[in-house]
Amino acid sequence: MRRVAKLYQSSVGKKILMALSGLILFGFIVGHMVGNLKVLSGPESFNAYAEFLRDFGYPLIPHEGFLWVFRIVLLGAVLLHAASAFQLWGTSRSARSGMYRKTVDLSFSYASRTMRWGGVILALFVVYHILHLTTGTVHVDFVAGDVYHNYVVAFQSPIILGFYAVAQAALCFHLYHGLWSVTQTLGASHPKYNPLRRPVAVVLALGIFVGFLIPPVLVATGVVS
Amino acid sequence: MKLKLHIWRQSAPDVRGGFETIAADNVSAHMSFLEMLDVVNEGLIAEGKEPVAFDHDCREGICGTCGMMINGNPHGPWEGTSACQLHMRAFQDGDEIWIEPWRARAFPVLKDLVVDRSAFDRIIQAGGYVSIRTGSAPDANAVPIGKEWADEAFDAAACIGCGACVAACPNASAMLFTAAKVTQLARLPQGQPERYERVLSMVDTHDSEGFGNCTNHGACQNACPKGISVDYIAQLNRDLFKATLMDRPDEAAV
Amino acid sequence: MELNANIPEGPIQDKWDNHLFSMKLVNPANKRKYSVIVVGTGLAGAAAAATMGELGYRVQVFTYHDSPRRAHSIAAQGGINASKNYQSDGDSDFRLFYDTVKGGDFRSREANVYRLAQLSGNIIDQAVAQGVPFAREYGGLLANRSFGGAQVSRTFYARGQTGQQLLLGAYQALERQVHAGTCVMHTEQEMMDVVLVDGVARGIITRNIRTGKLERHVADAVVLATGGYSNVFFLSTNAKKCNVTATWRAHRKGAGFANPCFTQIHPTCIPPSGEYQSKLTLMSESLRNDGRIWVPREAGDEREPQRIPEEERDYYLERFYPSFGNLAPRDISSRRAKEMVDGGHGVGELKNGVYLDFKDAIERLGERVISERYGNLFAMYEKITGENPYKTPMRIYPAPHYTMGGLWVDYNLQTTVEGLFAIGEANFSDHGANRLGASALMQGLADGYFIIPMTIGNFLAGRSGGSGDTAHPAFAEAEDGVRERIGNLMGVGGSRSVDSFAIQLGRIMWNECGMERTADGLKDAVRRIGELREAFWADVRVPGKADDLNQELEKAGRTADFLEFAEVMCYDALARDESCGAHYRPEHVTEEGEAKRDDENFAHVAVWEFTGVGREPKLHKEPLAFEYVKLSQRSYK
Repeated sequence: MRRVAKLYQSSVGKKILMALSGLILFGFIVGHMVGNLKVLSGPESFNAYAEFLRDFGYPLIPHEGFLWVFRIVLLGAVLLHAASAFQLWGTSRSARSGMYRKTVDLSFSYASRTMRWGGVILALFVVYHILHLTTGTVHVDFVAGDVYHNYVVAFQSPIILGFYAVAQAALCFHLYHGLWSVTQTLGASHPKYNPLRRPVAVVLALGIFVGFLIPPVLVATGVVS
Repeated sequence: MKLKLHIWRQSAPDVRGGFETIAADNVSAHMSFLEMLDVVNEGLIAEGKEPVAFDHDCREGICGTCGMMINGNPHGPWEGTSACQLHMRAFQDGDEIWIEPWRARAFPVLKDLVVDRSAFDRIIQAGGYVSIRTGSAPDANAVPIGKEWADEAFDAAACIGCGACVAACPNASAMLFTAAKVTQLARLPQGQPERYERVLSMVDTHDSEGFGNCTNHGACQNACPKGISVDYIAQLNRDLFKATLMDRPDEAAV
Repeated sequence: MELNANIPEGPIQDKWDNHLFSMKLVNPANKRKYSVIVVGTGLAGAAAAATMGELGYRVQVFTYHDSPRRAHSIAAQGGINASKNYQSDGDSDFRLFYDTVKGGDFRSREANVYRLAQLSGNIIDQAVAQGVPFAREYGGLLANRSFGGAQVSRTFYARGQTGQQLLLGAYQALERQVHAGTCVMHTEQEMMDVVLVDGVARGIITRNIRTGKLERHVADAVVLATGGYSNVFFLSTNAKKCNVTATWRAHRKGAGFANPCFTQIHPTCIPPSGEYQSKLTLMSESLRNDGRIWVPREAGDEREPQRIPEEERDYYLERFYPSFGNLAPRDISSRRAKEMVDGGHGVGELKNGVYLDFKDAIERLGERVISERYGNLFAMYEKITGENPYKTPMRIYPAPHYTMGGLWVDYNLQTTVEGLFAIGEANFSDHGANRLGASALMQGLADGYFIIPMTIGNFLAGRSGGSGDTAHPAFAEAEDGVRERIGNLMGVGGSRSVDSFAIQLGRIMWNECGMERTADGLKDAVRRIGELREAFWADVRVPGKADDLNQELEKAGRTADFLEFAEVMCYDALARDESCGAHYRPEHVTEEGEAKRDDENFAHVAVWEFTGVGREPKLHKEPLAFEYVKLSQRSYK
């Protein structure tokens, strides 16, 4: 245990925490995306899926019990992810003594440079997203329980669609670097597979981007209504 | 060609520094960057001024002594090249060049472009070696080592300890330096007995010296004059993770 | 000055073993009572410090670099010899010994060279165990190559960075001892003088390069591992900071300087490109395996190389030496290149080089094969010159590279000053008048890992350890001397920069004491060096302050010492009225125009004693006996 505590204290330990919490969030994102695609199979199917999530494990566990456990785990992951990011940012700031007058960007990609601010933007988006489609606070015509309705109405507005598309692009960037970064941090390095790490990250990040945007685009174009 | 140089001048570690603009009027494209600075210094001496202090020694890209930010690039614009091997062909008549020291808390500026990199030595002291007594080594061919492993150990061992990775890193992390040594020894059978203690101890020293953490930007790899790969940082991470899970009974009690 | 080489009795192959047995030992528990100062952290210094620390001595290690890893051993490219006979091609300790004595043109001490060959294998074992990534074959065993014209493949290598990898191995061993507390590392400390108490070396005075502060350090013995003096030529392949100060200061205190005129000139370096040239870059000798060396037949021919037809090219090495051709030994290739350039056949903008052409090799083997063999060298050449060697021939010219001369040492590596030892390139070493390729690393490491840690015990045993005190008047006197000298340098307040003098000295030495030395030229050089030294002390300008990081002051001190040392080099070259190895006196040539030795009068080590600045030093001779290798004339026809 001593070493585990020590690992957490080390800079690498915080990164491992960041990677693991990121992986949990990524798992959620994949599930969320797959769930959203159910919009394509019509209101009954989609609403039933939403109902299923609320009643998962019932009656063994209370109504919405699983959902809350799930939400708490996710919230925990978000907090850990953000907290380690914040701590690492603090170490970096103190390690860098003053900036250069002239700089050239040598990072691998735009994505790697924008992880921190990208993360902040994503966090703000998540807050809006919950107020919009979970609680309905900022929704124009929210009907509790009718997720399909809420979803379709929301994306009939091109402004909302545009906003979500931008958020998804930010997510895509974050994932592109984050997924590669996870393999790096968790030490998945092997001369044979190293060349594959980048392409796999690209495919997954783009897959999420496209997967999330197919249903709303179909809504906006009137194919799904 | 004629150049306009903006060079960081700082007379002592705890004194505020600033840029001095110096015109370099007689620059030949055949000069190395450091020879250009030599000529500038000769001019300053002739004017009765103090020449610019900068670190350098072998001037063939292997000792790792030289190093400075040249227009925001560690060692200047040429890939895989240290400042001493950079030649003025890389610039054009009328160019402005900003020359700055490495900047990191763990590398305090001593004077002008000279910084203190002794933290690197302390990281090596923490475990960057194989504990072998002189004279008691087994025959060199007693343990065959596959060529691929030996080659990879060499690639990692090519580090010259110049500090460009730290200078380039937005987090001022020395992970590339540390990982290169960890990986070299992790690839060889001789490095196995101390492999996990080594990584724990070296990372510990890395952190306590005030280097930042690695956030996988990759600037270090792009700045490295020897092309050391960030893949070695993944190797270090894995070894560190493994070392953590390998709690020994006698230590668990501590 | 007494020159007792202390060579042990017995047949040559038993001498070292006999000596190990007869030497006095220090009880393991007592070792920590003894302290040793090691100056320099190259292969010899780092290896010596690490090993002595490990044995239990308290070691104080000094370097003027910011880290021990910066020492110039790091730049050695080619490889390291060892008589492992892994290739089973007939190599043995005796053959390596024989080749080294013969290659040194019979001007080295047989017993020392044999010991070097005996220890060579242990070095490889040691380095591999440290994790030095030597080149390997697919089966996992160590690879070897033939180097510098050797008839057997005994050279171990780590790509073109053998010196770097070996030095990092020694550096890491040293840092391990620093961590263990047996070695104390003093970085950025330049040795300014050695301190003698009652004729025995007991300490050094150093200058802290960062603060300018002078410090006294005391110990029971002092080991100098401070490298060679090729920078007396200003332009050499040595690193910019390499200097003679430590050995010269020791010499002034009574250590004999042996064979200072034996300096090696490497034939394949990139020629200077202008007045501002600060150093020369070596291109591995291996290039001569496939490149052909030529100059235009017509002096002053200014055509581009591609426009000069075959019949108007002079492949002079192939012409002079039909059997060895472009692989003729270093000294011969160098001299012939100089002859061509001096005769007006030089090529390039400044007409200061000869071509090394890969056109035929590329036609024969294809660009891919050439790039596999020499890709990194070609890339380095292009970086420096801006010319693509795949398309246009390389330009090369010889440059000073290594100095065989150095402080005279006996079999125990002790100088003529008791308690003062010299190892690595700093001593006059085992290379005689010419060093073979891949044997510098071998000698530095043999001295450091295996010889000095043993022989120093013999010296220390029976002395009372730790009895020194920096309060002794000898320390105060030495420190005052250093302070006064620094004050003098700062106080000249003249008009010329330090480098302008160093360049001028280098030119004198290159022209008169370089590849070719004539009696008249050398006499003239002694006079001009004296004048230059006077000019230096009258007109040098050292800006800044003494108690600060002051790189000009560092250079000034080193240049001042070179200005004294250069004279003894010329005196030595003048006194050695023969040609041998790298020392070429045109007065002494065979009918074929090659170096002609005079074994009757010059089979000795010339050891010089300091008699005062500007005064002719006193010559002593250690006669050399050759019992195992028959004296013979080299022939490369």
